[in-house]
Amino acid sequence: MSEFEPKIVAFVCNWCTYAGADLTGTSRIKYSSNVRIIRFPCTGRIDFMLLLKAFANGADGIIVSGCHPNDCHYTSGNFHARRRWILFRSLLDFLGIDVRRIHFAWVSAAEGAKWAEFVNSVNTEIKKLGPHHHYHDLVNTGIA
Amino acid sequence: MIETKSIKKETLAILFERLRSNDWRIVGPSKNGNQVTFKELPTGSTMTQDYIQSTQSAKHVLFPRVEELFSYQIKQKEVSLSEKKVTPTETLLFGIRPCDAAGIIPLAAVFNGDYPDSQFNNRLEHITVMAVSCIKADEYCFCTSVGGGPGDTRGSDILLTPLSTGDYLVEILTEKGKKLVESIADLFGLAPVESKETNLAKVEKRWPVDELEAKLKTLFNHEIWLKQSLRCIGCGACAFVCPTCVCFDIQDEGNSQGGKRLRCWDSCGFAHFTLHTSGHNPRELQVQRWRQRVMHKFSYQPERLNVIGCVGCGRCSRACPVDMNLQEHLSQLWEVQS
Amino acid sequence: MEELRKKARELLESSSVNVVIGYEEGGAGKVRPIFARQPGETNSLIYDSRCLQNLAVYLAKPEVKKFGKPAIVAPVTTLKALLQLAAENQVTFESLVIIGITPGGKPRFFSGWSEIEAFVSPFPDVEPADQEKLEKIAKMSLTERWQFWQDELSRCVKCYACRAACSLCYCSRCTVDMNQPQWIPVASHDLGNLEWHVMRAMHLAGRCINCGDCARACPLDIPLNLLTQKLLQDVYSHFNQRAGIGVKLENPLSTFKPDDKESFFG
Repeated sequence: MSEFEPKIVAFVCNWCTYAGADLTGTSRIKYSSNVRIIRFPCTGRIDFMLLLKAFANGADGIIVSGCHPNDCHYTSGNFHARRRWILFRSLLDFLGIDVRRIHFAWVSAAEGAKWAEFVNSVNTEIKKLGPHHHYHDLVNTGIA
Repeated sequence: MIETKSIKKETLAILFERLRSNDWRIVGPSKNGNQVTFKELPTGSTMTQDYIQSTQSAKHVLFPRVEELFSYQIKQKEVSLSEKKVTPTETLLFGIRPCDAAGIIPLAAVFNGDYPDSQFNNRLEHITVMAVSCIKADEYCFCTSVGGGPGDTRGSDILLTPLSTGDYLVEILTEKGKKLVESIADLFGLAPVESKETNLAKVEKRWPVDELEAKLKTLFNHEIWLKQSLRCIGCGACAFVCPTCVCFDIQDEGNSQGGKRLRCWDSCGFAHFTLHTSGHNPRELQVQRWRQRVMHKFSYQPERLNVIGCVGCGRCSRACPVDMNLQEHLSQLWEVQS
Repeated sequence: MEELRKKARELLESSSVNVVIGYEEGGAGKVRPIFARQPGETNSLIYDSRCLQNLAVYLAKPEVKKFGKPAIVAPVTTLKALLQLAAENQVTFESLVIIGITPGGKPRFFSGWSEIEAFVSPFPDVEPADQEKLEKIAKMSLTERWQFWQDELSRCVKCYACRAACSLCYCSRCTVDMNQPQWIPVASHDLGNLEWHVMRAMHLAGRCINCGDCARACPLDIPLNLLTQKLLQDVYSHFNQRAGIGVKLENPLSTFKPDDKESFFG
């Protein structure tokens, strides 16, 4: 019986987290390979619907990560993003979607080790939560 | 000569159970909060009959809100298509009103207009309509003004009329209806003495619909359309609750590996309904869309398909958030001085 | 009511406005909007507890705009909508005449936005009855909440009545009506319904003035206003911002504070 390997999608910003993940690689730090990283210019660009689209396309867990507040390459993108996530997370929880499946972090370009640690911990948590069945099942219901 | 029988009120539940044991599906009126909707009634579920009209029509049984037409798969540049096979269960559609049953006629006319729509026809073939006549009506009903009535038999396979005893007069109207009754003949009794007409609701006829059709042809540029449509917010509720509205949208949902083509409900009241790719919109104002709605139902469909596109059920008017009352508007159109 | 009719008549007779948008008696005990253009038509104007529809939605309608300068009968929720629309640059004080209606049903005129701001400030954002419903849902378990909302949202037919009725949904071309890409599915399958309502709630976050028209317009009786109210409360508790209280833009998603607090960033 093979162990459940969650599908995790990571939405990250180019200037901090993506560079940080790159550093993880060049530092030869191993971490879970079941994460697919999608690069954005800034966390401010990450549309909240993209997270739901990720779930609808089969993701079991989601990571959103970008520059620390005050370090945004575009000055304020991550401030707007932070506001967006505060509200979106609350709305999803209200609708009965398990927000433990969505993890947020500030990972800078220098934090290669932190990225690996973060991804591994998310992976462990999603493994415990299991596949995101009830959202995946939603995808084909209501069609005659 | 229509064959008539009777059936006791309590026997209905037995009738449903008999059909269920033969793998039939029973679709009937069910209460959901303040609203009545038509849905599948499994064993033990309660049916409601104490209402004048349901909020939504039962058209979704024939013409679902969202249905798959076909799907595709792409594997290494090979594309395979597979048509959705509709294999409906035998269904008893119970409890719709005579207006709703008559509404199947315009639906069938559209879905068999240019060519026969196999999905619609397939579903219709496997549905037996057991409608129930109206003993009550409200101010929104106007079936008698569009060629129907509270005991109209068009569109039904079997029509039940509630009697003063609480039991039903049964009219067997089609071969399908006859076949069903014969298969469970022991549940029915002799034709009652009480007449159908004495129990039916009274619905005032407000205009002669053929003459209204002719009149509408002369009113295309009249200023009345603007006045009537000013409060319309273009919400689409009327088209979605209507038993005869049949406009649909085709949506392809998929990606580079596979997907589906879906048919889903649409409304001519939406702002972008006639939006062209060029950006031009021949019906860019709500007044044009409102006029289109009335003309389509009462002028164009009668002319092209020989059916009136409205059965006077009144659902649009009850559902409208700004009290657009179709019967009131048609009366105003009828009274326009030539 | 006589006073309201008198004022409306005066506005039309003096050509201060070309149309008065108000309420009149409808059918079957309902009320409906009226667009009075002749002074005589103002005799049909009414105002009572049935007059709940937020008439500000008509200010964006092309056929109404064509009439020229309007007067609008505005109870508290409509006043809030007007303030929010003004904050978003959709309406200026000079472009219309606001016939405010006090909770006692009397017409009241204002000399400027700040007077309206002062007038609406004591009214709560969320009514106690809805507060109770929100608390009830919050107390449910995660699975119960999912079930509750799926039961409600799966009934949605995507008629977009909620969008059409909302005075803050004034985009001339809504994002759901764009198809390059078709971001939110048109079809009313379960996923399409969920995505639409999530998006609607987020686009109204901190902008909804809680008139309740979305829930009233919904032909399926889905309690849509609970979604927008939940976010109203979150916006207030997290960012201390409210909609419809002033003409200074306070939209939570267009503004930020460097020290916004959250508890879930790693």
